[in-house]
Amino acid sequence: MLKMVASRVIGSLGRFTASRTLRCPGYVCRNFAGSSALLSRTHINYGVKGDVAVIRINSPNSKVNTLDQELHSEFLEVMNEVWSSDQIRSVVLISSKPGCFIAGADINMLNACKTSQEVTQISQEAHRTFEKLEKSTKPIVAAISGSCLGGGLELAISCQYRIATKDKKTVLGSPEVLLGLLPGAGGTQRLPKMVGVPAAFDMMLTGRNIRADRAKKMGLVDQLVEPLGPGLKPPEERTIEYLEEVAITFAKGLADKKISPKRDKGLVEKLTSYAMSIPFVRQQIYRKVEEKVRKQTKGLYPAPLKIIDVVRTGIEQGNDAGYLSESQKFGELAMTKESKALMGLYHGQTLCKKNKFGAPQKEVQRLAILGAGLMGAGIAQVSVDKGLKTILKDATLGALGRGQQQVFKGLNDKVKKKAITSFERDSIFSNLTGQLDYQGFERADMVIEAVFEDLSLKHRVLKEVEAVIPDYCIFASNTSALPISEIATVSKRPEKVIGMHYFSPVDKMQLLEIITTDKTSKDTTASAVAVGLKQGKVIIVVKDGPGFYTTRCLAPMMSEVIRILQEGVDPKKLDSLTTSFGFPVGAATLVDEVGVDVAKHVAEDLGKTFGDRFAGGNIELLKQMVSRGFLGRKSGKGFYIYQEGVKSKNLNSDMDSILASLKLAPHPEVSSDEDIQYRLVTRFVNEAVLCLQEGILATPAEGDIGAVFGLGFPPCLGGPFRFVDLYGAQKIVDRLRKYEAAYGKQFTPCQLLLDHASSPNKRFYQ
Amino acid sequence: MTSFLTYTFKNLPSTSKWALISSIRPLSCSSQLRAAADVQTKSKKTLAKPSVRNIVVVDGVRTPFLLSGTSYKDLMPHDLARAALLGLLHQTSVPKDVVDYIIVGTVIQEVKTSNVAREAALGAGFSDKTPAHTVTMACISSNQAMTTGVGLIASGQCDVVVAGGIELMSDVPIRHSRKMRKMMLDLNKAKTLGQRLSLISKFRLNFLSPELPAVAEFSTSETMGHSADRLAAAFAVSRLEQDEYALRSHRLAKKAQEEGLLSDIVPFKVPGKDTVTQDNGIRPSSLEQMAKLKPAFIKPYGTVTAANSSFLTDGASAVLIMAEEKALAMGYKPKAYLRDFVYVSQDPKDQLLLGPTYATPKVLEKAGLTLNDIDAFEFHEAFSGQILANLKAMDSDWFAQNYMNRKAKVGVPPLEKFNNWGGSLSLGHPFGATGCRLVMAAANRLRKEGGQYGLVAACAAGGQGHAMIVEAYPK
Repeated sequence: MLKMVASRVIGSLGRFTASRTLRCPGYVCRNFAGSSALLSRTHINYGVKGDVAVIRINSPNSKVNTLDQELHSEFLEVMNEVWSSDQIRSVVLISSKPGCFIAGADINMLNACKTSQEVTQISQEAHRTFEKLEKSTKPIVAAISGSCLGGGLELAISCQYRIATKDKKTVLGSPEVLLGLLPGAGGTQRLPKMVGVPAAFDMMLTGRNIRADRAKKMGLVDQLVEPLGPGLKPPEERTIEYLEEVAITFAKGLADKKISPKRDKGLVEKLTSYAMSIPFVRQQIYRKVEEKVRKQTKGLYPAPLKIIDVVRTGIEQGNDAGYLSESQKFGELAMTKESKALMGLYHGQTLCKKNKFGAPQKEVQRLAILGAGLMGAGIAQVSVDKGLKTILKDATLGALGRGQQQVFKGLNDKVKKKAITSFERDSIFSNLTGQLDYQGFERADMVIEAVFEDLSLKHRVLKEVEAVIPDYCIFASNTSALPISEIATVSKRPEKVIGMHYFSPVDKMQLLEIITTDKTSKDTTASAVAVGLKQGKVIIVVKDGPGFYTTRCLAPMMSEVIRILQEGVDPKKLDSLTTSFGFPVGAATLVDEVGVDVAKHVAEDLGKTFGDRFAGGNIELLKQMVSRGFLGRKSGKGFYIYQEGVKSKNLNSDMDSILASLKLAPHPEVSSDEDIQYRLVTRFVNEAVLCLQEGILATPAEGDIGAVFGLGFPPCLGGPFRFVDLYGAQKIVDRLRKYEAAYGKQFTPCQLLLDHASSPNKRFYQ
Repeated sequence: MTSFLTYTFKNLPSTSKWALISSIRPLSCSSQLRAAADVQTKSKKTLAKPSVRNIVVVDGVRTPFLLSGTSYKDLMPHDLARAALLGLLHQTSVPKDVVDYIIVGTVIQEVKTSNVAREAALGAGFSDKTPAHTVTMACISSNQAMTTGVGLIASGQCDVVVAGGIELMSDVPIRHSRKMRKMMLDLNKAKTLGQRLSLISKFRLNFLSPELPAVAEFSTSETMGHSADRLAAAFAVSRLEQDEYALRSHRLAKKAQEEGLLSDIVPFKVPGKDTVTQDNGIRPSSLEQMAKLKPAFIKPYGTVTAANSSFLTDGASAVLIMAEEKALAMGYKPKAYLRDFVYVSQDPKDQLLLGPTYATPKVLEKAGLTLNDIDAFEFHEAFSGQILANLKAMDSDWFAQNYMNRKAKVGVPPLEKFNNWGGSLSLGHPFGATGCRLVMAAANRLRKEGGQYGLVAACAAGGQGHAMIVEAYPK
């Protein structure tokens, strides 16, 4: 599930773009001689209050502060002035942007590097600066409000004291691992000393965001400041000011030695640090962590292992060796394919968090959802918790009740995790109205239908709904395969009909695939994207067609899955082959999770449309499974047996007879483990490229994001298009030709892929 | 709420020692008094409305307000409420059978006497034919009791209403945990020994951990003192300003006590103890001493301390409200008219204690008055920081425009007309009983200092607030 973790944190990186830029509240300050230099600074300004220097970071023309070379050199320049001044006894370091302290190092700066040596140099420069901070005789207080991530955190932990605002925007973390990197500015060395080795590993290996109150408990920050409400200024502005005031008192206290920067450690912490002083215990921990990492990453991600290695070097061989190792490994990692793939995903995700269709004419405030099943209720949950008034309608009280319960449970789980309070849960839940009739639809701005995947049912629903909704209301269909233009045939206003394909479970999966027909108006699209963004989704917008983009890519791969099973590979083996290639869920398990009936439905539909290219496995296998009630997880049996409360799953032995009856003879020349993996992946990639060729996809970036966030395409490969770029189009074409020889048309490479293979300069990403 | 008040209580005795030693010269305000007296002669108009009955406060009383855990600690709430009702009967000599209705406000309810109004009235010897009900609206509960009475009279349902308030913080209902309660209730229903044993077998030791009354705002889980500290910070109210204001409150209260101005107090002979005659929380201290206290909520750098917060208090109050014609017919000389009033509410998280800021301009507008027309301000003082934040908010055009949807600020009440006889910080704050004290203080000040209009305002938990105009009854 690394993918999910990865996407979560990458998501939080992207979130800051939404935060508001705030003007720096000007105050009269005594400047030093050389104030002319001050004017020329663009990232930093500083003033002095009493004997405390207040250094404010504010990258120009950006919603976030990023640690780039300019900022770095200006900061160093300012610090040198501070250190040489007799007036100044202590320092407060703060950002002028309320939502962001420093969001991390500048990724473009790393991308621009051609060799690992260049990257290593950047790391070593940071080492030198941060070492000066750490050894500063004038205490430095980092006043943190908003995101303090990556390089920002490494800067903060080089200071003598940290004070953080206790709000939801303030998060600390080391997300480098999610970009295939390691904390390269001293983080691998300072974090273990600060929060202990186990907690440091946890932070650096998962990249998770840590909220301020948790950070305080861990010892990552020393004090918390409560966010303020409105006073004589806007709350954010005053809160930053207050944070600064509090930080100044602490800076003075530290300079006067009235406050100790040393923290009182709790008993557990003392015991942990004692245990860590025993070499044997340390070795055990390294071993355990490494084991766990290898198991989870299948060795596909080099960064986590290097992180362990560098931390170990620092602890066992001392600081100098540690820092040296950190900068070298940082350089090496930046040059890896995995890192480039993950950074590409990060960029792609940022793109897919924007509405390129502009602001809709009418903001959707009232949403109605038809069908309170798994999808309908999931959509309801992500809508109500963003403040959308939502009607959930179903045909029976029982079905409706299950949907309402699902929403409640989703919210209540958040209460248990302390993400929201029980009171917030209740008021969020009040945004949901459950009903059996169409009351209130006359005021709905958008209706999303999530009824069963059956064209005639969708037609009936569309007609019923259009009879009651206002003219401006948008009708969105949540379907995974039915073409939207076919659904729209019965509509009186096809320009208001659009597809919104959510992924299950809706509250966990970030992707939303929006499907437009030729008739869908631009404003309808803009509105659908706006709703999706509000729901917190990463959005790709594709053209209508059978299976759209995601389902269409998945279908040939699933067809191959069935063939491979028919050829006698058992589901467990197949699962391990796919997960070891980097898919978060094994192929057989995926069929169980999606639902065998759904898979059958899609395979039939798309099989008819696309013919030979989607052939391969015999659909009879799925049909027999459905007829025997093996629908996957939801029915308790599929390829595996699922029992409540039992974690390890066993193969469903009843499948043996079905598989035996449909057995195919394998082609030995294309049946090695690696070939099996590539048969699956190349069919996927070929279909994805074809989607771009046919114009279903607008950009390769959306194709990559859709594949990774919707279908679990290995993040370490960066998505099908990045994979072609990094792996080489020619190599993929060679593979396809080899399998084509054995199986025929299903593996015929598409024209665009051939074009890329024939001219090596052609790339999806320049 | 409870926790901070306990804290306050614990800390105050230490600050009181030197308070007794140092002789403090109370602020002199006699010159201002004279200035205020002139106002009445200037103002001629009255707030009487042609279509509405005039409603008057005949008189009002209160028991002395005591620090919790002192002389009242063994009483039950209805005992204290009864004392206030008896005091009112005595003071006004109103015939018991004339009273149409009795309403009492309270916050923390004693479960045995959940309609404490009825229990107290019966015990005080009111007619058992006089209905009584209890209202609750946090710190403005007795304001709600009074305005409910006003409503009953204005609509012609009643002519004579007794309204009051009671809070006994010396004892609060501490419950068994929900799990324990559930088991005990199920045991009640269990029929066989087997069922009982199986229920008992589910008992765990943690069932015994008690449930204390909410220490925090239910919707936000934030304690009021914590919110007050944030509010003070939001309005950049310094620790020194807060301490100075608290000191002013204590000094003025002390002066009022010494000069016998707190005439609404009725002595109370506590069974088994001495007669209580005066408030015991008034302790003027010094800024130096107050500066030594550590912040009580936001540690270690907050500004709200035990010394600049109101403390946990036991006390009860009651007022006699009548239709003017009824009062005159019965030969009373009323003290004041109760005029326009408003209730407001706002964000319970960041604006929890800003009720007066919202309520003041609204009630003035309703009555057709301006701040300058008011001769006596009586604001509930929950915290120094809260009062000062409200004053700053009322003085801010920015706040009025951005949060109150008003064109301009209402302005700041002049401090020389503001809580001149002390306030909740010094006199004490029995949650349910403060409202009646505020109204009587305004009425008595108008009589004593001269002037026509008083303005009463208060904040309350839940982010609510209240304000009312009290008009002096012509002498």
